[in-house]
Amino acid sequence: MPLLGESFYTELLAKTLVLAIFAMSLDLLVGFTGLVSFGHAAYFGVAAYAAALLSPEYEAANLWLVFPAAVGAAMLVAFVVGLFVLRTKGIYFIMVTLAFAQLAYFVFHDTALGGGSDGIYLNLKPSAELAGFQPFNLDNPVHLYYFALAMLVLVYVFLARILQSPFGRVLVGIKSNEHRMQSLGYITFRYKLAAFALAGGLAGVAGFLYAVLFGFVTPELLSWHHSGNVLLTVILGGMGNLLGAVAGAFAFTAMQEVFGSWTKHWQLLMGCVIVAAVLFLPGGLSAIPGRIKRTLQGDSIHD
Amino acid sequence: MDAASILIQMLNSLQYGLLLFLVASGLTLVFGIMGIINLAHGSFYMIGAYLAFALSSATGSLFMAILLGIPLALAFGAFLEWALFSHLYKRDHLEQVLLTYGLILIFEEVRSLLLGDEVHGVEIPAIFSASIPLSDVLSYPVYRLVISAVCIVLVVALYYLIQRTRLGMMIRAGNHDRTMVEALGININVIYRFVFALGVALAALAGMLAAPISSVFPNMGSHVLIISFVIVVIGGIGSVSGALLAALIVGFADTFGKVLIPEYSGMVVYLVMAVVLLWRPEGIFKKG
Repeated sequence: MPLLGESFYTELLAKTLVLAIFAMSLDLLVGFTGLVSFGHAAYFGVAAYAAALLSPEYEAANLWLVFPAAVGAAMLVAFVVGLFVLRTKGIYFIMVTLAFAQLAYFVFHDTALGGGSDGIYLNLKPSAELAGFQPFNLDNPVHLYYFALAMLVLVYVFLARILQSPFGRVLVGIKSNEHRMQSLGYITFRYKLAAFALAGGLAGVAGFLYAVLFGFVTPELLSWHHSGNVLLTVILGGMGNLLGAVAGAFAFTAMQEVFGSWTKHWQLLMGCVIVAAVLFLPGGLSAIPGRIKRTLQGDSIHD
Repeated sequence: MDAASILIQMLNSLQYGLLLFLVASGLTLVFGIMGIINLAHGSFYMIGAYLAFALSSATGSLFMAILLGIPLALAFGAFLEWALFSHLYKRDHLEQVLLTYGLILIFEEVRSLLLGDEVHGVEIPAIFSASIPLSDVLSYPVYRLVISAVCIVLVVALYYLIQRTRLGMMIRAGNHDRTMVEALGININVIYRFVFALGVALAALAGMLAAPISSVFPNMGSHVLIISFVIVVIGGIGSVSGALLAALIVGFADTFGKVLIPEYSGMVVYLVMAVVLLWRPEGIFKKG
């Protein structure tokens, strides 16, 4: 287990873990249910803001209260937005999820609720104390990092179980053919709404972790660039593959760091990589082993 | 509000709505005909504004800048369609989103490399720099009226092109049923290239016209892009007349929102969209 002494790397790793959880939550929609949401950052941001707003200014909040509350807030917002956006399909769905995320962005950007465009501080990390006993201390960077890692594992196991359950099979069925699922008697809208709210809640887990890790929340967390980056992470890893989403998060952070160390115009390189990936690498990173295998077996890689 | 300031806000709404229509019309046509979602469409607005800045500083005149800028934008649009977008027609929306998202990053960074990250102003041409007095203290700038007039001329021209010409007939047919148009022996690829270039040029022109009043700044395309999405959603994908109506609704909602409820003005447009979604999930003018 990597236990890195350098705080820079611990922070970078924790950031990657947050992105990995965020990407897995989006993968539930994009990769498994076939809903391309371009506004997923809204639920990440709502939970981050909830964490900051629910914590008292000068004392540590109780982790076991503020964590479920933040995730619940994200889930509730996703549920309400889902009622609207799931009435649409295809290109409409992409645009409408983006528009609702933008609405949420303006709520925090323009009103005094969360400190406006300057954002808000989360001064003290929540305390994990439970009835006088403190199992771990989030002020300790190592504990914090293991907490993020534990969340990643929990979210992965949870999603893997969900996807194997009858509910998950219905979602995959909706992705491949929604009309067929409807004619089998499933009320697909309810399943999609449940998936949308669930994905929003899990994005909230990532958002909460972000707020605790960095102690600072700004409207930019809800911006469409953030939604774009997480979508990119999912696709980079290969959608419909939970471990792929984790791999995508590592690849994305690595690219950001490497390109950023070369030039301040690193987004130019990032843009070129994205364009090239779409044109030449359909299926993402997780499709590479299969391609190599097929090449070794002498088949054509052009399918 | 007195009558004069209401008149001013009405004129502002009209001008903003019409300008948004120039951007949204290209977006909705590209959606409708080619089935492509183009996130980089807002960048064409940004590119137009920067073209106006660069060319008007070089030539000393915004007219010259626009005259030179339009053919440049058309050529750029045709090139992009040939080099990138023509590869996207058979791909799913997700890949289109991704590639065009990558393009935004590229356009913004190239802009930053070539012209820097400062905010620039563009001068209003001298003959339009006057204001019309409306009351003792209030007046209305002529240039904004000129923008509205130019946009109205373009709306009429676009209507004529789409409804009354042979090319427009092909565009409408392509919007309705692509495969059938191809089966009739019409080269749909030429139509695709033309429509895409037209959309780029309209968005760039909107940016050029807006440059003197909004100034020229980094990421100016992204706000316009998302508002244009809202317009397309309200109007109905592929419907140019829907886009016109929706652009005017958005123009009025946004302008009066800023005046009446400044703190919540950013949200007004999205709330309008939410109401339309409840009422008609596929837009006011559903594609037939």
